[in-house]
Order: sequence, then C-alpha cells, then structure tokens
Amino acid sequence: MPARSDSLGVNKKDKTLSKIYKNAADALAGLTFDGMTVMSGGFGLCGIAENLIAALRDTAVKDITCISNNAGVDGFGLGQLLETRQIKKMISSYVGENKEFERQFLGGELELEFNPQGTLAERIRAGGAGIPGFYVKTGVGTVIAEGKPTRDFNGEDYIMETGLRADLSIIKAWKGDAQGNLIFNSTARNFNAPMATAGKVTVVEVDEIVPVGALDPNHIHTPGIFVQRIIEAKCEKRVENRTVREKN
Amino acid sequence: MAWTRDQMAARAAQELQDGYYVNLGIGIPTLVANHIPDGVDVTLQSENGMLGMGPFPYEGEENADLINAGKQTITTLPKSSFFDSATSFAMIRGGHIDLSILGAMEVAENGDIANWMIPGKMVKGMGGAMDLVAGVKRCIALFDHTNKRGESKFLKACTLPLTGQKCISMVITDLGVFTRDEGQKRFRMLELAPDVTLDEVKAKTEADVVWG
Repeated sequence: MPARSDSLGVNKKDKTLSKIYKNAADALAGLTFDGMTVMSGGFGLCGIAENLIAALRDTAVKDITCISNNAGVDGFGLGQLLETRQIKKMISSYVGENKEFERQFLGGELELEFNPQGTLAERIRAGGAGIPGFYVKTGVGTVIAEGKPTRDFNGEDYIMETGLRADLSIIKAWKGDAQGNLIFNSTARNFNAPMATAGKVTVVEVDEIVPVGALDPNHIHTPGIFVQRIIEAKCEKRVENRTVREKN
Repeated sequence: MAWTRDQMAARAAQELQDGYYVNLGIGIPTLVANHIPDGVDVTLQSENGMLGMGPFPYEGEENADLINAGKQTITTLPKSSFFDSATSFAMIRGGHIDLSILGAMEVAENGDIANWMIPGKMVKGMGGAMDLVAGVKRCIALFDHTNKRGESKFLKACTLPLTGQKCISMVITDLGVFTRDEGQKRFRMLELAPDVTLDEVKAKTEADVVWG
C-alpha cells in the first residue's frame, strides 16, 4: 500500500504524486513555448483562470494561438495578453468587449477565426474525446460553411467540423483535490469542463483545494485524469454587466 | 401606434406555452421574460450553461459566478441546473429547446435570418446565434420593421451575411405579426399593431407576404 496522504492530499513519501503546485508561475514552468496553442476557459469574465492568464503573460511567450469563447476586456483576462502582443490568433465565438482587440484586428496584427459557440464547444469536446471530425447543421448556407466538406444525412445538409486540441489548457474551477478532481461553481463551468479534456497539459486554478476524499465522487464534474497541475489562488472575479432588481 | 419594444416583447410572450424550454436572445428578446403569461410555466435556458434562469438578484446578492449569456448577474430557481457549454449546445443543436426568440438585422420572406455581421464594420461574432437557429424547434425573430433610414428589414432576400437559412417561422416587429407555417414558403400577416394600417405595413415591407 502506498503511504497515506496528508491533509492536502500530498503523498508524504513521494511528493511528485501530488498535482498541487505552489503558485501560477510554478504551475506553468516548462509548459510554454513560442507558437503554442492555448485553450483558456470562461464565458466573458465568468470562470476565467485569472492567475494563470497573468502568469502566461509573465512568461513572455509569443505567437500564441488562443482558443477561448471570448477575448477578455481591455486590460483584464485575455486582454492582458493582447496588450503585450503575445497572441497571434484567436479562435472565438464573440469578441465584442475589447477595444485593443478591435484595434489590433483592424490593423491586421491579429488573426481571428470565428466559430459558432456550439460548434466551438463541440470541437473542444470532440478533440478531448479523440474524435477528429463530426458533422453539424450549424452554419449551413453561411460563410461558416465555406471550404468545409458537406454531406447529406436523411435529406438534410450538414457541414464537417474538426476536433480541437491544445498544447495547454488553463482553466478555472471552484474546488479541487490533489488528484485533480474538480467541481465547478454555477455558470463558471462553461468552457472550462470541455477544455480540461482537450489540453495536452491541463492546468487548473481553484478557489479552494480540499483534501482527497472531501469531494463526493458522485458530484465530481471533471475527473482528475484530465488535470495535470492544480493551484489554489484568489480571483478578483469581475462582473461585466452587474444587473439587480429593486426590492419591493 | 406602433408597438414599443416592451409591447413587442409582450406580444412574443403570448407564443410561450406551458412546459416550454425557451432560449431568449440578447436585447429586446430578454424583455420577454417580464411578460410570461400567468399560469404558463416555462424554463429559460441560458446558453452559457443554465436551465431555469431566475430573476436578477437584489443589490448585494450578486454572484460573479452566476450570469446569463448577456453577462448579467442572475439568480437560480428551485428547478435550476448548471452544465458545461458542450452540454448546453447539445440541448440547442439537438432540438431539445422548444422556442428561441432572437433579434434580427434582416429577415427574408423564405425565413432566412441575418443578425451577426455587417461587412466593413467590426464584427463581434455570432456567439450562439447560428447554433440556435439551426437547432431549436421554432425560432421567432423580434425586430424593428424598418431601419433608421426607414428602409424595410423584412426583405425578399437578406443582403447581409446569413446566420441561418429558412429557420424563422414567426416575425414580430413594431408594426405587426407574421407567421410562416410548417412547409409554407412565405409568411402571412397575422395581426397589426393598434392603429397601424395595412397600407403603412405594405409600404414598409419588401418581402412578398400573404396579406391575410
């Protein structure tokens, strides 16, 4: 029998068995290189890996192809990597909240590939599941279909889309353990769960690391097999569109 | 009087049926949630990963991890559930959502819709709109009948890049309601907003519509 874990789930005899890293910079050490593809979880600013994005900026790695539903806002989230010109290309479904993005794109400094949001999510899910291609009805008869193989199924046209993988996925979860088991909070799950499966290496930041065994196996959203490195870190959690109702 | 945005939303809400799962687009369609008829139980889907969207929170009760597709803070209901983006679009693409109500820049007489890009302008992206119109059982387009120059947005053919083909089965504008029943090639006029004349709507409609 292997030695039992301490309170953080770190194996006392052989610390390498734990996936816990000290901080974001540590967790990215040795994983980054120029021209790499990075998946970054979140929907808008909800559920983004704030500390890992900042640490990726600090590595000064260049020519990143970034797969993310959105591109952050000016100066925050992926906006930080745009300011430093570290991103060469974005694959996204909606990028409307970022002036620096617009400036670089219109100036021809930044490549952009729009994917319908569901197609983007499914490309990531498929990539993580070892499915290199699949057919969808989304985008038939639109610019999205241009150049893509089409096929008739039961009398209807479908277009072929391909699975996506990344050299690195940086994602955000609510709670995790030393094995990399994760649960997400509310709508902060979004693209984080599929992206965890599609990174050659997946690094996650969580609000709270809990002891192995503290998470009910029935309630784990992402099993630890998809996670290689984990850190606990405080997030600012900015709200883009704070909306409230009046008390009667 | 042409309908206000709120009145358009209220008219769209009359299309909701008990037990429906519904996705509301950003903008005027969001207002539909304020007009759900009494006794009609609908479950609102938010494509960022939630079924059973509740009302906006009271001040001080906002949760940054709990937002809708418009990035607004929201709340849960007892029936709510959360899921990831791939599962969310399995619901949408897989035909599990009964009704989608979305905004439009142009709708064509055959049900084509354009609502995501204007060539020459900065394009923000289609988000989930293409998936919704391709996968949801019934799609209603809610938009102003004419643009700022008074030109019809209900056209013979869309001039802007399409979001989807032949997918809109009802058009609700500030001037009236038009329906395109299953298997029909064209829309027919169903009703006019109060005090709007048939001549006015005809003059402002480029699409070839069956005028009732």
